[in-house]
Amino acid sequence: MISRSEVEHVARLARLRFEEQEIALLQQELSSIIDYINQLQELDLTGVPATAHAVNVVNIFRLDEPRACLTQEEALANAPATERGHFLVPRMG
Amino acid sequence: MMVTPEGWEAVIGLEIHVQLNTATKMFCGCPVSFGDVPNTNVCPLCLGHPGTLPAMNEKAIEYATRIGLALNCTISPHSIFHRKNYFYPDLPKGYQISQYDLPLAVDGHLDVELEDGSILRVGVTRAHLEDDAAKLVHAGGVDGRIAGADYSMVDFNRGGTPLVEIVSEPEIHTPEQARAYLTQLKSLLEALEVSDVNMEEGSLRCDANISVHRPGTPFGTRTELKNMNSFRFLQRGLEAEIERQISALERGEEIVQETVHFDTGSGKVSTLRSKEEAHDYRYFPEPDMVPIELSAEYVEKVRAGLPELPAARKERYMRDYGLSPYDAGVLSANRPLAAFFERLSTQTGEAKLAANWVMGDFSGYLNAQGLEVKDSAVSVEALAELLGLLAAGTLSGKMAKDVFAAMVETGKGAPELVAERGLGQISDTGELETMVSELIAANPGPAEEYRQGRDRVLGFFVGQIMKQTRGQANPQLLNELLRKALAGSSPDN
Repeated sequence: MISRSEVEHVARLARLRFEEQEIALLQQELSSIIDYINQLQELDLTGVPATAHAVNVVNIFRLDEPRACLTQEEALANAPATERGHFLVPRMG
Repeated sequence: MMVTPEGWEAVIGLEIHVQLNTATKMFCGCPVSFGDVPNTNVCPLCLGHPGTLPAMNEKAIEYATRIGLALNCTISPHSIFHRKNYFYPDLPKGYQISQYDLPLAVDGHLDVELEDGSILRVGVTRAHLEDDAAKLVHAGGVDGRIAGADYSMVDFNRGGTPLVEIVSEPEIHTPEQARAYLTQLKSLLEALEVSDVNMEEGSLRCDANISVHRPGTPFGTRTELKNMNSFRFLQRGLEAEIERQISALERGEEIVQETVHFDTGSGKVSTLRSKEEAHDYRYFPEPDMVPIELSAEYVEKVRAGLPELPAARKERYMRDYGLSPYDAGVLSANRPLAAFFERLSTQTGEAKLAANWVMGDFSGYLNAQGLEVKDSAVSVEALAELLGLLAAGTLSGKMAKDVFAAMVETGKGAPELVAERGLGQISDTGELETMVSELIAANPGPAEEYRQGRDRVLGFFVGQIMKQTRGQANPQLLNELLRKALAGSSPDN
């Protein structure tokens, strides 16, 4: 089972906060997900090259040609707060 | 020049971020442009909206390949993108698309020429592609518009710009070497025409990893010095951090692995000591991107298209134009200046003279007025005309300098200015000969003194003729004629 501090660490990285009892539950749930995935480790993959993508294609490129952009108004339409044409966010660090 | 205290050695590795000057961003078709109205070069993809799919810019791949080749790297036949996960407001997706264990270019080097002429080979661990973050402008509180709180304003125009990160091996040992590495890397990138390489505008950015140790002992703990935006700050920042580490160690303190900040105002480094989580980027292969597989044919095609690089150009200038290593180095490092010099040299047929003028008065004028070569008021053709007059002896060196200054000021050509101001050296042998014989006839005393061996009397005659011609007699020719005439005026002959 993954540890309590591992759950807390991953939660912090994901900017999530949990109640005490939720952490215990997540320990169990995350562990069972990992165990399930770990079944793949039982396969003998000798001689099978590592793959980074499920589809067997490479080199899908785009020409370096500009396309239409959003207007500033459109870009900012969903922003909770704006200032002089910018998205406004709480200052970090 | 900084001297590292005895018994200590600094170990420096540099990470250089280069914004590519492609027309569009790394993964979408928004224009790459500096200084536009905020949030106008954006689309759902570079704003990180859900449901969008990135598409690789083939030009960015080509530019990264060029950089890799110019740095003597191996171009990986197979490379992939990874997600580097972290939260920050300049990164709307919650991850940067970067390269991790399979970067595009690996195992290269850059031969850096140091001030004493020796070569320092700095290994290049890797050069990889990634997308740039947005620009944050810190505002609030101070300007009173947002009362009581500090906010940041985010402009996503820069977000998604193609970046190549060039990571050096920790093989740099002094701030001067670091500066030389960055300087020569910059002129290399300039020659490759892949980036604007403007440190002030952020198209070339530099981070450094620094540690100190006593030679022969294991490396010390390193710190990371971020974003030094000029060559001077790079050098000063490194000096300050090396000093800080050495004095901390000598006091018996330990160096903490952390990010340190160089304050350009105070010239000091401060450690942030934030409670910041140790970096845990949870890299994993980017599922939205397929692998890049560059064939040997592709790589050779890109290699064949590489322009002449500064080191090769320097060699050629020494070989073909007979320039000194110093002159060849200065001219070859700056591409526009090199092109100007070559055209001037061709048009005048006087390579050495052209080199002197390009590095001297011409560069002086550009620097004084803060101009780029392309903005010069004096064209290659106009300068060639001036140097033609100088080479033909119509103008003396001093006069040519004055005429050049007048050309800059008035925009007029050299021949016009020479005519207008009654300048022009008298290089007409006949005319000068007449003046010389008249002068000698009028001054038999000094002429006799000269023949007695008082060589200095020659100065008297030169001075008289110069006075007569308002300084326009060709000095070399005049000297020659005077010596001949004085020797020949002996009563014995």
